[in-house]
Amino acid sequence: MTAYTGRIATTVRGRTVGSRIAASLLYPLGLPTLLLVLWGLVATRTTSLFFPDPLTIAEAFRDTWIGPAFVEDVLPSLARLGLGVAGSIVLGIAAGTVIGLTRWLRELLEPVLEFLRAIPPPVLIPVVMLLLGITDTMKVVVIVSGAIWPILLNTIEGVRGTDSVMTETAESFQVTWWERLWFLVLPAASPRIMAGVRQALSVALILMVISEMFASSSGLGYRIAYFQRNYLIAEMWSGILLLGLVGIFLAVAFGLVERRVLRWYHGIREVNRA
Amino acid sequence: MRVFPTRRLRALRKAMLGVVGLTGFLVVWQLIPTLGLINPLYLPYVTDVLARLFEQIVDLAFWRRLGSTMTSWAIGLTVATVAAVVLGTVVGLVPFLRRATHTMVEFLRPIPSVALIPLAVLMFGIQRQAALVIIIYASFWQVFVQVIYGVADVDAVARDTARSFGLTRREQLSHLVLPTTLPYLMTGLRLAAAVALILAITAEMVIGNPGLGRMIELSRSAGDAPGLYALVVVTGLLGLAVNIVFRFIERRVLSWHQSVRGEEPL
Repeated sequence: MTAYTGRIATTVRGRTVGSRIAASLLYPLGLPTLLLVLWGLVATRTTSLFFPDPLTIAEAFRDTWIGPAFVEDVLPSLARLGLGVAGSIVLGIAAGTVIGLTRWLRELLEPVLEFLRAIPPPVLIPVVMLLLGITDTMKVVVIVSGAIWPILLNTIEGVRGTDSVMTETAESFQVTWWERLWFLVLPAASPRIMAGVRQALSVALILMVISEMFASSSGLGYRIAYFQRNYLIAEMWSGILLLGLVGIFLAVAFGLVERRVLRWYHGIREVNRA
Repeated sequence: MRVFPTRRLRALRKAMLGVVGLTGFLVVWQLIPTLGLINPLYLPYVTDVLARLFEQIVDLAFWRRLGSTMTSWAIGLTVATVAAVVLGTVVGLVPFLRRATHTMVEFLRPIPSVALIPLAVLMFGIQRQAALVIIIYASFWQVFVQVIYGVADVDAVARDTARSFGLTRREQLSHLVLPTTLPYLMTGLRLAAAVALILAITAEMVIGNPGLGRMIELSRSAGDAPGLYALVVVTGLLGLAVNIVFRFIERRVLSWHQSVRGEEPL
């Protein structure tokens, strides 16, 4: 009797595990595969030159980006992006902390910052080009000048929102200024800061591409615009694909970092919800 | 009685400091070229830029360009919002679709919309449609993701209550799903409006369809620094206006919502 029910239980469990694995593979991969196949079918039937089939794009991707182009175009782009993002994070958090902690400074600068933030970032490219000429520094400065605003304003808000009871407790325990900054103010502001960094990343990627399309002789943006002007359609698609991969990579990397930095915060929220 | 004057005093102080800050910003800008820190050819005097700004305001061609940019913005934002609301509601309400599209959405969303500029140019040349492709792609995701979150956020108890009271599908949509989704939708709409403006101007700069963005690029290549800075100031004011208008709409539409009323839930 017990053996009988036991056997049924295992077979049932075996089937559900199998179907669950199938479902967990089918759900994420089903639609993309379907669309790729559909694209391939449409591309082979249509006469339009602008939509090559996925295999041609994959081939172009391999031929274009794996090899010297990776060193000449992809790495410089990523280096500028990295420098720009790092610069805006450091400057944004530093300035944001100072402004957020000083009330008169905050009230003094608020309208100016609101205005500067409202300027569409790509508009800054011609301005920085005028000021610095067409150099690598210019591209990094462009990225910083666009990506710094979400971080700066979120840091100001986050620092300002530090729990007043905790601030007063730290004061009465005579915690030094640096310790207070490091153990109270910055952790309290970190959820807002990370939200700012997430916005900054997508702005930075856009600015990297456009600044290269505008004024460059290397880099991803330049390459893609070059392919388009010369009607190298499959190569152009492979560039779009690569940019997409960079975007996805950034999103995934940010997700990992955020989960680490804000582990305590998500923990608290989980507890509160339960 | 004492609270009121101090609060008013504080608001007054804030406004005064804001004006001082703005004036200080303009003075510093004026001083940098005056002291010769940066050549006025590259950073023109504030007075020159403001003079150019007023010149533009009485110029009909300027308003035509502004109109062109804002038309692209409005069409793009409308199409993206309608598509995102319809698709987002359907996908959000059907668990099967939500699971099936999840990877696709996570894959497509981070692709920077400017990567599609070359494709848009090939398909449409330097017409407005090319700009619209990019505007719609970028602003679609902002609204779509928010609508999916919003639709999924419907309170389980409220849903069960609606079902046991025998509300029809249509009634459930208008009395249950819509009120829950509206705050999310308004957030998405505000973000999308800002993103659409950025991409409308970017598209004009890179693609060259008529509008403010092309004018910026033209004044840069002509070396007309005051004109360039005046247009940058215009785009900043435009961004500010879009932000303020959508914040106002958000407050108006959500006036019944707890986050706007500022009351504690019972």
